[in-house]
Amino acid sequence: MTWLDALSAALIAAGVVFFIAGSVGLLRLPDALSRLHALTKADNLGIGLVALGTALQASSWTDALQIALVWLLALYAASAAGLLVARVAHARQRKGGR
Amino acid sequence: MNIDLASASALAFDGLLAALIVWLAWRLLTVADLFRATVLFIVLGLLVALAWVRLRAPDLALAEAAIGAGLTGALLLDTLRRLGPQGAADEAWPLRPTPSRVAGGVLIAAFGSVLAWSVITLPPASSGLAAQAMVALPDSGVSNPVTAALLNYRSHDTLLEVAVLLAAALGVWTLDAEPAPRAAPVDPVLAILVPVLVPLSIITGAYLLWVGSKAPGGAFQGAALIAGGAVLVHLVRPFAVRATFGVRLLLGLGVAVFALAGVVLFVFGAGFLTYPVAQAGWWILGIETFAMLTIAAVLVALFAGSLTSRDARQGQR
Repeated sequence: MTWLDALSAALIAAGVVFFIAGSVGLLRLPDALSRLHALTKADNLGIGLVALGTALQASSWTDALQIALVWLLALYAASAAGLLVARVAHARQRKGGR
Repeated sequence: MNIDLASASALAFDGLLAALIVWLAWRLLTVADLFRATVLFIVLGLLVALAWVRLRAPDLALAEAAIGAGLTGALLLDTLRRLGPQGAADEAWPLRPTPSRVAGGVLIAAFGSVLAWSVITLPPASSGLAAQAMVALPDSGVSNPVTAALLNYRSHDTLLEVAVLLAAALGVWTLDAEPAPRAAPVDPVLAILVPVLVPLSIITGAYLLWVGSKAPGGAFQGAALIAGGAVLVHLVRPFAVRATFGVRLLLGLGVAVFALAGVVLFVFGAGFLTYPVAQAGWWILGIETFAMLTIAAVLVALFAGSLTSRDARQGQR
């Protein structure tokens, strides 16, 4: 296992740790808004680390660039989705309920 | 059997994935809340796409993720919205184990095990037509064996598939009796997504069509992406897919061009949909382009319907 493989494995493992942290937040936090906070922050960082780890394994610069573009798109869509869910959750919270 | 770390971890991953798929399917049938069931369905679609990747079928994985998880999930969520909370509570029939259902489940499990055992014990030399398909690949006009099978070896199947999709759109138009309820004011965040995601979906869809001759892709996957972009536009500014001349032309073009190509080749060429070897790639690309337009239009028509709330207020159909 070369040092590149070891670095990739470490980055991907760190990304998985952040995903687990986000999921624990989803399960244990009290209301929708705090769960959303945990999910979006932790999962986006997890995606970034996993994408970096996979990009190191890419066979050419164009492949690594494609992975970076996919990561940017995932970030963009996930942020927008998180904001949309947060608005609905906030409105629902203001009306009463969880 | 050689067990090393790589194959053991692959086996563990595959086993976990299979167990998760079965468990998710069970959960979404037995949960009482329809919204939860829909979300579970979308997750199930993603996991099944992963399963296709593990089975080394990336074309199928692309189609499953885009159509099965994405568009069908969006369609179900839209249906839930139309039902409203009371309608959703009425429609929720969670699966409860009755004696007859349990007996049926045991029978199905037994049949499934027999099927699985017969597949596992197949002699390894019986790979079907794979060898002949790969041998004929240079003459088929494309270098992706899936596209060659879909549009050259079994092109008549794909022609009929596009016709079936057209029939589905016609069926939806026939049944479409209620317009969408008046939508809440659109979230500006959704409107911001449109200028980035819609052009991206068009470009990526067209790219998937083009690259389908060499790599995983093709007309269905490209059409699903373009339809996804159109659905996003529909969410921001609802439109109806009415039976105007332009829409009918778009819906009919796929089948028409495909069938016309077949007839032209039958009359002037070597046979129905038998492409001349030198130009096969161009024939396939041309047919696929029109098929992609039609499939995208059908998927959007399935989602958008043919009525808007304004039609209901004016009493029109």
